[in-house]
Amino acid sequence: MTTEIRNTIRFLLNDRSVELADVSPVQTLLDFLRIGRSLRGTKEGCAEGDCGACTVLVGRLLDGKLKYESVNACIRFVASLDGCHVVTVEALAQPNGPLHPVQQAMVDTHASQCGFCTPGFVMSLYGLWMTNAKPSVQEIEKALQGNLCRCTGYAAIIRAAEAIASVGELGKDPLIVEREEITRQLEALRDGRRVEIGGEDQRVVLPASLDDFAAVLEANPEATIVAGSTDVGLWVTKFMRDIAPVVHLSHLEELRRISIAPDGITLAAGVSYTEAYPVIVRHFPQLRELWDRIGGEQVRNMGTVGGNIANGSPIGDTPPALIALGASVTLRKGTSRRTLPLEAFFIEYGKQDREPGEFVETVRIPFLDETERFAVYKITKRFDEDISAVCGAFRVKFDGDGKVADVAIAFGGMAGTPKRASNVEAALKGAQWNDAAIEAGVAAFERDFTPLTDWRASSEYRMLVARNLLRRFHLETQETRNIRIDRTVAVAL
Amino acid sequence: MNVMQPVDRVRGAVHDKERHESGHKHVSGTAEYIDDIPEPAGTLHGYLGLSQRAHAEILSVDFEAVRNSPGVVGVLTAEDIPGENDISPAHKHDDPVFAAGKVEFHGQPIFAVIATSREAARRAAAKVKIDYRDLPHVTDVLEAAAANYPLVIDPLKLERGDIDAGFAKAKNTVSGEMRIGGQDHFYLEGQISFAIPGEDDEVTVFSSTQHPSETQLMVAHVLGVPSNAVTVNVRRMGGGFGGKETQANLFAAVAAVAARKYRRAIKVRPDRDDDMTATGKRHDFHVDYKVGFDDDGRIEAVDAVFAARCGFSADLSGPVTDRALFHADNCYFYPNVRLRSRPLKTNTVSNTAFRGFGGPQGMVGGERMIEDVAYALGKDPLEIRKLNFYGGEGRNLTPYHQTVEDNIIGRIIEELEASSDYAARRQAAIAFNRESPVIKRGIALTPVKFGISFTKTEYNQAGALVHVYTDGSIQLNHGGTEMGQGLYTKVAQVVADEFQVDLDHIKVTATSTGKVPNTSATAASSGSDLNGMAAANACQQIKERLVRFAAEHYGVGEADIAFEPNTVRIGAERIAFADLIKAAYAARVQLSAAGFYKTPKIHWSRAEGRGRPFYYFAYGASCSEVSVDTLTGEYQVERTDIIHDVGKSLNPALDLGQVEGAFVQGMGWLTTEELWWDAKGRLRTHAPSTYKIPLASDRPRVFNVRLAEWSINREETIRRSKAVGEPPFMLGISVLEAISMAAASVADYRIPPRIDAPATPERVLMAVERLRAARAG
Repeated sequence: MTTEIRNTIRFLLNDRSVELADVSPVQTLLDFLRIGRSLRGTKEGCAEGDCGACTVLVGRLLDGKLKYESVNACIRFVASLDGCHVVTVEALAQPNGPLHPVQQAMVDTHASQCGFCTPGFVMSLYGLWMTNAKPSVQEIEKALQGNLCRCTGYAAIIRAAEAIASVGELGKDPLIVEREEITRQLEALRDGRRVEIGGEDQRVVLPASLDDFAAVLEANPEATIVAGSTDVGLWVTKFMRDIAPVVHLSHLEELRRISIAPDGITLAAGVSYTEAYPVIVRHFPQLRELWDRIGGEQVRNMGTVGGNIANGSPIGDTPPALIALGASVTLRKGTSRRTLPLEAFFIEYGKQDREPGEFVETVRIPFLDETERFAVYKITKRFDEDISAVCGAFRVKFDGDGKVADVAIAFGGMAGTPKRASNVEAALKGAQWNDAAIEAGVAAFERDFTPLTDWRASSEYRMLVARNLLRRFHLETQETRNIRIDRTVAVAL
Repeated sequence: MNVMQPVDRVRGAVHDKERHESGHKHVSGTAEYIDDIPEPAGTLHGYLGLSQRAHAEILSVDFEAVRNSPGVVGVLTAEDIPGENDISPAHKHDDPVFAAGKVEFHGQPIFAVIATSREAARRAAAKVKIDYRDLPHVTDVLEAAAANYPLVIDPLKLERGDIDAGFAKAKNTVSGEMRIGGQDHFYLEGQISFAIPGEDDEVTVFSSTQHPSETQLMVAHVLGVPSNAVTVNVRRMGGGFGGKETQANLFAAVAAVAARKYRRAIKVRPDRDDDMTATGKRHDFHVDYKVGFDDDGRIEAVDAVFAARCGFSADLSGPVTDRALFHADNCYFYPNVRLRSRPLKTNTVSNTAFRGFGGPQGMVGGERMIEDVAYALGKDPLEIRKLNFYGGEGRNLTPYHQTVEDNIIGRIIEELEASSDYAARRQAAIAFNRESPVIKRGIALTPVKFGISFTKTEYNQAGALVHVYTDGSIQLNHGGTEMGQGLYTKVAQVVADEFQVDLDHIKVTATSTGKVPNTSATAASSGSDLNGMAAANACQQIKERLVRFAAEHYGVGEADIAFEPNTVRIGAERIAFADLIKAAYAARVQLSAAGFYKTPKIHWSRAEGRGRPFYYFAYGASCSEVSVDTLTGEYQVERTDIIHDVGKSLNPALDLGQVEGAFVQGMGWLTTEELWWDAKGRLRTHAPSTYKIPLASDRPRVFNVRLAEWSINREETIRRSKAVGEPPFMLGISVLEAISMAAASVADYRIPPRIDAPATPERVLMAVERLRAARAG
């Protein structure tokens, strides 16, 4: 089979078409905008996807439908934008023209002070507005988890977000009015070819299909696979690593599939956190809070569950929860596949059970049955947009007599990999689900873990919290009142 | 003469809720920051090479791989500095641009790479090979004291009354200690300078600096040229908070040296991690205190030592640690008092100015003493506070012998207690805690009194330059810098008010050392006090000339001429402002003036520890309620109510924004913002991924903020307003104390909770465990 190849990256940038033959594997969208195009409304605050000053919208097609999402331009590679529509703050208002409703609301409520973070806030709120014209305060806060402001204390920005609907009409927004036309243009850019650019040490490939990807990777087993670039982006911006050759998954709609079977959900590895969200919270409402606290909105829009697993962080946003749920992962190399329990994939710090040329293709999460209780707790210094000091996930299956028929407990932040607490599990299994059993479980923690001290937490705190999380899980199976801080209280401004 | 109808008032005058002058540019991305200025062809980029050791001799440096890296034009080291290799703002010659021979903190700049792109310079800088010989290092303030590390500057002692007699008289004594963490500024726009060489020895530097005149002076010293050859410009900063008062000088100096050497425009901008590693922060403190009090909780004597982690050099540590002592009393009268500072050297980055400038640390120490007294007596801390407020016969003298003359804290507290329903909510929290085993509530109402003026008296002066053009449009320039606080807007409102013209007739231009010389840092909350007055003075000079001219020209008495909204009344008639200007120009009247202001009444003798360092005080109070999870130490701020005093506000909308923002920043300092050094002396929280400033979802779930609208500055400040930048930062203390109360509930509120700052979930949980154990034991 011969694959047709294109040697340029093509995308829309505001109202222009862009076609680039020369794109470095490490070229970020932010540098391209600021240096390459002198579009300097988009700012660099941190270059690691945490502050949101560089927020832009990226529109992309899935099944012919165009969806705009906020992303961090600082860690987004230009090559990954093939077939997308990039919208920057410059597109919102013409010089000397009226401000966009989002912008006008920000001015009216005095929501900018130094102004440096402001274009990023404008773009995040614009992204929110397009999907939710009348958001609640909680929805606004969630959309702004990836945007830091050091001046305002946010109150005025929230007021702005609430005022947008009274300033302008969503139906008149250019991205709504021109949606069909832009969809048509993006479809025209998608010619179904593999994209390859760059010479020897600068090679970037965007495979045309999943089979093409498998073939490309088998032929280039040393290649860096980039899905959302929320991790690999930092290898470049922070560690100045050369990552070529690079394979981007952007065009692989097969890797964005979610399938629901009677016994569980299967997420293809390229499904973003945002794409997975509705299905996850419908079937696993216990995962809602965890999912809401992964990075900021921009990171959830870019980052993928598959990437989260494949990169093997010792903390792991989702793996502790997925391990406790009994998830399995399917790896593929060429045309051969193998499936293993997720916990077995993590061998030791920095090492996963993935051979050269192999990639994570799908993750399967089995449903809970009615005899099972499940909870996950993420402990961080700051509640939102922070990496866990400790993340603990608990699943217990009860028999008819209130005894523990089966138990799975997994932790992140307690060892070099996300890891099961097998001694704790052993102490609980078969026991009556009562204080004595819990305390026996608590006592077993030190046989399972010897956590480290670092800037996120001390070893002592990690151990103490891990034990207390088991106590909490037990309490929550007993009663529900005043055991957790209510993070859903209504906010009056 | 045209006859004009008067309108009520001009648009954007003083006291109006005018929008920020750059608001529309902020939101559209057209506000120009230094990295947005179009570069001239051939612009080069500099990137700093930083020490990888906390304390070491530099044995050798190998630049071969650096020089061979693509795009590299050259490398600058200490030897390339034509003038002095020093940017010490204290003029102590302890702050080299580039370390030579030895390094004194991890992250200290040693060299700079100059290359054709920033990326090329950055990649090249990482390729250096340096041989170090490690020396013992100390990062912690107590370790520094134990190791007999020197002080970076002479300490201060404030003393009044008879400390021994005070303690002898006191029925009760409590002593304790507290650690108060530092804070990174986390301005969203990092440090940056852009230097363009001129003719002869001239250089123009665009610097993100709060202190252009000092940047100018430092650049001149480093280049070995007179100040008149250096122009420093700044239109706006993307945040400053004190972090660009002295810390911008390094980047300006490197850019200027490179511009001179290569005769090209040079931009220097560090990555966020390097910015946070190589530039100073808020000082960490260790407070050792002893407080004597009677059975009601009335304080008799206070003895406290405030030791600060100053870092490797003096920088501003002298005035910062001084200000900590100036605020250790907060709103409380100490009959007998001794306060001492201990500005210790450490092998860490040199700490610097940060909103409040030591005042917050002093105030947290003072409030901790109040808390200890309350828990020792089993009373509500607010009761102890009210008992000790300044006021009453013989109870108005501060530890630095300034009399508090403008005390309004009583009224603010009274109003806030009522509007926040403090007493009932405190009882409700206590009742809740009895029934709730895991989640505990805490509530605290804390006051703020903050002294306004630079304690360095000579800084309390300012200049402005006002031009009126023949079309009646006005250009305003002053020595203050815009970092988001709205200074440009407020001063423009003053000018609009002086001339009685609509605000859109006034354009504020970039702050430049070439327009207004010898300016002070935009710091100490002084921006609008000083520059507003200087601008008003410039306007008044022009107005005097206009009045003199008009009286003569139109043949009316000077008293019959008045500036009314967009018109000038001359006798019985009115003409447009612009028409008067045209006529004045034709009569050769000077339409430009340089204004000047110096703060009256202030004086201060550091050697004697007495004087009147502050022109006046700003006041405020906050009441915060929190929920704390005693299984994990996590918490949430449920509600905060604030009343804050800005005198008669120049712009209530901008001032409200300052109060809200300062509170959240102060809360962040005391809760989630933690600086963490490892055993090698490396700061490991040096980016937003590891250093956690508050997010939108961290602000109180209910957040009621208002200005004390009845307040009028009793001193003759600009339109009777008060400074707003720093004072509300300390409103965040109520959150720390509310968390403490929730923790204290596990020991029935009888043991002082003593949570160090920042109160991270870890510190809170550890305190809960400690208190539970203490109660059980």
